[in-house]
Amino acid sequence: MSTATDVDVTARARDILGVSRLTTTALTGWLHGLPGVDQVGCEARAAALSTRSVKTTSKAWAVDTAISMIDLTTLEGADTPGKVRGLAARALVPDPSDPTTPSPAAVCVYGDMVPFAREVLGHSTVRIAAVATAFPSGRASRAVKLADTRDAVANGADEVDMVIDRGAFLAGDYRQVFDEVAETKAACGEARLKVIMETGELVTYDNVRRASWLCMLAGADFIKTSTGKISPAATLPVTLVMLEAVRDWRELTGEQVGVKPAGGIRTSKDAIRYLVTVNEVAGEEWLDAHWFRFGASSLLNDLVLQRQRMRTGAYSGADYVADDAPSGY
Amino acid sequence: MPTFEYAPAPESRSVVDVAASYGLFIGGEFVQSEGGAPLKTVNPATEEVLAEVTEASAADVDAAVRAARTAYTRVWSRTSGADRGKYLYRIARIIQERAREFAVLETLDNGKPIRESRDVDIPLVAAHFFYHAGWADKLSYAALGEDPRPVGVVGQVIPWNFPLLMLAWKVAPALACGNTVVLKPAETTPLTALLFAEVCQQADLPPGVVNIVTGAGATGQALVDHPGVDKLAFTGSTAVGKMIARSIAGTRKTATLELGGKAANIVFDDAPIDQAVEGIVDGIFFNQGHVCCAGSRILVQENIAEELDRRLKRRLARLRVGDPMDKNTDVGAINSRVQLERIEEMVTVGEAEGAERWDSGCELPSSGFWFRPTVFSGVAQSHRIAQEEIFGPVVSVLTFRTPGEAVAKANNTPYGLSAGIWTEKGSRILWMADQLRAGVVWANTFNKFDPTSPFGGYKESGYGREGGRHGLAPYVRTSSPA
Repeated sequence: MSTATDVDVTARARDILGVSRLTTTALTGWLHGLPGVDQVGCEARAAALSTRSVKTTSKAWAVDTAISMIDLTTLEGADTPGKVRGLAARALVPDPSDPTTPSPAAVCVYGDMVPFAREVLGHSTVRIAAVATAFPSGRASRAVKLADTRDAVANGADEVDMVIDRGAFLAGDYRQVFDEVAETKAACGEARLKVIMETGELVTYDNVRRASWLCMLAGADFIKTSTGKISPAATLPVTLVMLEAVRDWRELTGEQVGVKPAGGIRTSKDAIRYLVTVNEVAGEEWLDAHWFRFGASSLLNDLVLQRQRMRTGAYSGADYVADDAPSGY
Repeated sequence: MPTFEYAPAPESRSVVDVAASYGLFIGGEFVQSEGGAPLKTVNPATEEVLAEVTEASAADVDAAVRAARTAYTRVWSRTSGADRGKYLYRIARIIQERAREFAVLETLDNGKPIRESRDVDIPLVAAHFFYHAGWADKLSYAALGEDPRPVGVVGQVIPWNFPLLMLAWKVAPALACGNTVVLKPAETTPLTALLFAEVCQQADLPPGVVNIVTGAGATGQALVDHPGVDKLAFTGSTAVGKMIARSIAGTRKTATLELGGKAANIVFDDAPIDQAVEGIVDGIFFNQGHVCCAGSRILVQENIAEELDRRLKRRLARLRVGDPMDKNTDVGAINSRVQLERIEEMVTVGEAEGAERWDSGCELPSSGFWFRPTVFSGVAQSHRIAQEEIFGPVVSVLTFRTPGEAVAKANNTPYGLSAGIWTEKGSRILWMADQLRAGVVWANTFNKFDPTSPFGGYKESGYGREGGRHGLAPYVRTSSPA
């Protein structure tokens, strides 16, 4: 799988658009030429996918897969080294009563908390993701955002979760959004870049589709719904539109881009609905933690509970799920 | 590569109690036939015989019509609208309470996926009874004309594609307006109608207001020809509709006919493409394409024809065809061997005419009646598969260049039941809807039904409307026209 890092992203964008200069006008023509999304039809499709009934062996597979896709997250002003260490410890041992429980894909913290997570995680398979670029509002100068990114990477982040400038996007200044994503990508170096579109602030599905394509054009490794600080956060129809975008993008360019719904996904049932949607819309190539993530904190508890239930045949309760970092995110 | 195979998730059939044999529902009771032969009804997904029902004889039909007449003159025509409404509300609530039972039985007898009978058919059935219950005491305000009164005894003949839903479309308005009915369900799908008879008993509906005579063509003909019937309502094929129209010519009987269709589902180049693909799927693969208003002709603007073809086929490869009782099944069984043979014949014709055939290649169960979702591309208006109703999961794709050409091709059919338009341009939707000669025009959706919305056809798709205020009109007489 080729990635965007080794080519000049602006030159490639010009090539894809078929223009000699990558202006906001050129980007507008391209993005506004994408097929529209009919809100009613899109929501009906998501609702229909939600009626899939996933039982027994396929449910067991789905629960383990969902656990392995979690970016276990704490993003609070009150985060402390102790809380982050606890979260990281939880990622290593999600269920002390069952060592076969898979680990989440990553822990997701603020950039300055990365070293504390690293203390615990060391060279384990659990990645460390750091939010950057003046998360969650993204209201800062480009220089500050890039410094924020470099700082996170210098602290040892494997992945960076940036936010787009929603103000610029809504004002139609697509070139500014493109540049910011592209420069952040460059600042990431080896780290994978997830781009948060904050779909709750973009509001329409047409905007979600356009923002998805713009971020992919600018070199995003992942497109992500939300910061978790704005309501609504991830919804199934929004994720459906993003999955259509990565599917169509791969058809156009041959490159695969990941998708990360974040915020508001709390139950196993919700998670399985997302996996069904990934399976039936993007395809099973995305059913892997490298290409699909859940940004969540409490989801892990419910998945572990379901896993215990399937193992023992009985529901236990919250007190039987070890939780180092209770949080509302 | 991980695979996410959904384990079987079968709905339990323990909720239904199918008897070994059934009589006829006449005068509020299940009675034995006078000289009628037994008729087997099978589960089309397994070919297992579900039950034996009765092929009602002419004498049975006569008894049913007489029971309906007695109930009409002595009870129902004298029952106030408010009281008729109470019975209809009661029926609606019982159907909701027994929804799971009805859904499972419908799927067993018809072959449609449990997802559809559970989420579409049965909820709509209840909605139709609720809606018409509300009209029962307000007919004077429905602008039907002066002093609306019931017509009398109504003979109703319904098809096998939506057995209970078609019953609801027929029975609910008839009863709301003060008529009594003799209803003949389709020969391959009589079971939910017989369960509905139980609901009538449970609701204490006066005996004879609803009579159900099972049987095939001869039973239907006896009902159509019976001199005691004041009005006929039929849903089914155009050929049978014409026979009915001929049979009642010169008599005092009136009829509403809801017949075949060959709907155009028109996709413009500015359509919301992902939703249009879903709309095509809903249009022709919903209920295995056994839908009179199915979007069986896709008219796609030529400049996006290839893209739509690619997206549609990718989507169809994901349709889950198989056990209708599995909650994850998207496309169920063809209702009967006869219908399967008809579909196979038309597909052979399509290939011989030179259209390019594609199917999803999915595995099919070894017993039962099955047909893979099939797409014909490169279809011309002059092909039979573009003109004749196939009534199966087979769609023909044609192209157009301009809105005018789309309208001309869409209207160039003997039918005129429904049409679909896919575009983001609102003004074009309005212009197209005005030009299309079809009873229902859907914009950026397809196969959506609601009891408040009238349904019916132009041309050979029949006459009369069902649903909405318009659907009441055929069931009343008035002193002066509206």
